Amino acid sequence: MMDRLSILSLDFAVLSLLSVGGASSVLPEMHRSLVEVHGWMTSREFADLYSLAQASPGPNVLVVSLFGWQSAGIAGAIVATLAMVVPSSVLTFYADRMLWQAAGAKVWRDILDNALAPVTVGLIAASGVLVASANLSHVLAPVLTVACALISWRTKFHPLWMIAIGAAAGIAGIV
Amino acid sequence: MSMNPDSTTRGTVAPRSASELFLAFMKLGLQGFGGVLPVARHALVENYRWLTMAEFTDIVSRCQALPGPNIVNVSICIGGRHFGARGAIAASAGLLFAPFVLLLLLAVLYSGYSQVPAVTNALRGVSAVAAGLILGTVMRMAASPRLRTWRALFGVAAFAAVSWLRLPLALVLAVILPLSIGAAWYQRPREAAQS
Repeated sequence: MMDRLSILSLDFAVLSLLSVGGASSVLPEMHRSLVEVHGWMTSREFADLYSLAQASPGPNVLVVSLFGWQSAGIAGAIVATLAMVVPSSVLTFYADRMLWQAAGAKVWRDILDNALAPVTVGLIAASGVLVASANLSHVLAPVLTVACALISWRTKFHPLWMIAIGAAAGIAGIV
Repeated sequence: MSMNPDSTTRGTVAPRSASELFLAFMKLGLQGFGGVLPVARHALVENYRWLTMAEFTDIVSRCQALPGPNIVNVSICIGGRHFGARGAIAASAGLLFAPFVLLLLLAVLYSGYSQVPAVTNALRGVSAVAAGLILGTVMRMAASPRLRTWRALFGVAAFAAVSWLRLPLALVLAVILPLSIGAAWYQRPREAAQS
């Protein structure tokens, strides 16, 4: 168990510093580590836990609490959450103090924003495909996924309603 | 909300204490389903008036350029600016603590009921929706002017490397980020002239 905790803390601390664009951009890497490398959960459980986090209020990053919990219980949840949040927060705290408030930083901020934006979008797209691919065995699930993508792209329909509709469609056996 | 004479101009007020930050961000965290940022804008700019809309946009774009969950970074910046490290810890802990406890309670329920067909079916439906919400976000983000350039190909490359080739993220970023930053630097003058 100590092994799992140290692996979790190290893995997530590294991911914390790589997670430009937020936790969703490192979701495929978490899947690679937790499911493919360590085998601490199945792809199905990974997708279920992600869904559980989506259905619950709070920052999306808390999905790592569930991955930690599934891997190593309550201690795992605490360790994974702290490891994911603390390194990037410390970096942000000091970056906000020094770099961003300094004169002349704007040019570099623009360059960084321009450089990071496409990569971030690509990584988040990979996360979407990862979560969608857990449902390929059910014919109508990809249809629901595409419909929700279009609705959230084009309308201000509240995500919570779509999540409720998804749960209802699942219980009714439609997807 | 009383007007604080010590506050900055532009009609904003400062949070009175670290515990006010903690409670305000706790309320935010518990209201945010599928992302806290839209709720945060409403509360921080319109309700509490701790920031103007321009300051909010500024902070969010800075926080997006840094690693880490965006809304947590936003809480760190706002807390840090008002009460230093104490404020940053109060705001981020407020944001995360209550949803964390709630989520673990849900997880314990899930482990008890994960064999019940209705629960697994419901979660399967939710995960199809969750995937759609992520892809919808991608489509919204893809409309950004920052992606209206050939450098969007770096995004396609990152997607392909992670999604199809299943390469480790650290390796992918180590190769793509320097190229992308170099290209953005090279294109800087022309883009500055355009805008």
